[in-house]
Amino acid sequence: MSGVFSPSRAKIAVRTLRTDRWWLQPAITVAVLVSFIIYATIRAFEAKFYFAEPLISPFYSPCLTSACPTNGSLLGQPFGTIAIFGMVISPALFILIFPLGFRMTCYYYRKAYYRSFWQSPPACAVAEPHKTYTGETRAPLILQNGHRWFFFAGLIFNVLLSIDAVLAFRNAEGQWGHMSIGTLVLLTNATLLWLYSASCHTCRHTIGGRLKHFSQHPLRYKLWTWVSVLNHKHPTFAWISLFGVALTDVYVRAVSSGSISNLYFF
Amino acid sequence: MARKLNMRIWRGDSVDGALQDVQVEANEGEVVLDVIHRVQATQMGDLAVRWNCKAGKCGSCSMEINGKPRLACMTQVASYGEEETITVTPLRAFPVIKDLVTDVSFNYKKAMEIPAYAPPSDLKPGEARMQQVDVERSQEFRKCIECFLCQDTCHVIRDHEENKKSFAGPRFFIRIAELDMHPLDTLRNRKQTAQEEHGLGMCNITKCCTEVCPEHIRITDNAIIPMKERVVDVKYDPVRWLGSKIRKREGIV
Ligand code: SF4
Ligand code: SF4
Ligand code: FES
Ligand code: FES
Repeated sequence: MSGVFSPSRAKIAVRTLRTDRWWLQPAITVAVLVSFIIYATIRAFEAKFYFAEPLISPFYSPCLTSACPTNGSLLGQPFGTIAIFGMVISPALFILIFPLGFRMTCYYYRKAYYRSFWQSPPACAVAEPHKTYTGETRAPLILQNGHRWFFFAGLIFNVLLSIDAVLAFRNAEGQWGHMSIGTLVLLTNATLLWLYSASCHTCRHTIGGRLKHFSQHPLRYKLWTWVSVLNHKHPTFAWISLFGVALTDVYVRAVSSGSISNLYFF
Repeated sequence: MARKLNMRIWRGDSVDGALQDVQVEANEGEVVLDVIHRVQATQMGDLAVRWNCKAGKCGSCSMEINGKPRLACMTQVASYGEEETITVTPLRAFPVIKDLVTDVSFNYKKAMEIPAYAPPSDLKPGEARMQQVDVERSQEFRKCIECFLCQDTCHVIRDHEENKKSFAGPRFFIRIAELDMHPLDTLRNRKQTAQEEHGLGMCNITKCCTEVCPEHIRITDNAIIPMKERVVDVKYDPVRWLGSKIRKREGIV
């Protein structure tokens, strides 16, 4: 018997005496993340309806294979067509690994999935079901320390998706100076992703947190105080930017498959 | 207005114990510690409970109320429903001594393992000068009242007795962060030892310490995660590691 049932501890037979609905939050987290994963997987393998001039889905940008229409490939198509056993690999699979790695190693999402999926712990002062525990000291979880590399990769994606949003100020014929619902959707998505990155703990550390003497770096100190304000809201940005990406894809898919038309303001 | 309150109080010692039902009067504005004292005065003369200030400042009255680690003197009876039974137990991460009193000496041992503040050797008493912006971060951690609620709730040791030897716990991670961020501290290996000796890597940043801290210290966001990032700087980031070798310093300025 270990943990709260160890011999020296107060003899209490139940794993928690909490009377509130402590299981609700982990349950919601599992439901939302599982839904997102299912949706993203289906869309990644669908390999169509991700481009409708001038809109491209964030799941498929930058589109690096020749499966994409050339005007949808921001960085060219360096991978050409890659097929395994005659099956053409969806262009989404080349890039989703980066945003996925970014979110998997995010300090906030770590909290969210350690609590909900791994039940370690399911909620505060609710005994976890595991016999042993080593935290993030061993492989594979020690790799969480690589979050900063995904953070920098994430910045590159933010730039590309911002360019996508700028390119959306064109009409379907490629002429500039137009704006549609799709433009707003892409702009919102890019903004939310920037807020998510800017509020990141690694960002906070890099911009100033690692300094010992703020007084010697007034500019970095100022930036650090701003990032700290955003950082307080990091969990919120983590969720709304996740919904942002999914809803942007839903919109682009709807336009691309012809179910709705992209309404232009001008 | 006085009312009857149903309570369950854990009574026992390190060998055995159980929850006991009691009914006690509760007056408007009272806290859980008040009604425990009334139980002690009227029904259970030998009930053991630790307390001192009744003002949320000494950190003595830590216990678990309806399963949550809390200060009994800062928990209003009125925050529970009229019909609700209030269950109080000792802290469940530490050995129990008697009734609501636990042996928290684990925390004092851990405190001794943290190397003390190391000012420059030539600094004379009264000569220390610091800029406010440089000490601000450390000051947040000085609010700690050593109630050890964070230590009690941390699943690393609460749920795994065997981790106690290798894990200092959130209260001492804020201590390490306080010193590592201190403008006059000269000890250079706090980051490495945080990871290698005090078990920072065991923390999986699930934030229960932050949730229970009565001083609202943002333990995880402001101490643990920044320390984890500092550890990455000196242990897991080849670019910064190389930079620090070339510039012959620790990558922290
Ligand atoms: S955040 Fe870390 S130190 Fe705090 S309770 Fe959770 S595991 Fe323990
Ligand atoms: S950090 Fe907060 S919870 Fe932990 S001992 Fe100090 S005051 Fe108590
Ligand atoms: S993205 Fe969440 S902490 Fe970096
Ligand atoms: S009695 Fe001092 S904190 Fe409660």
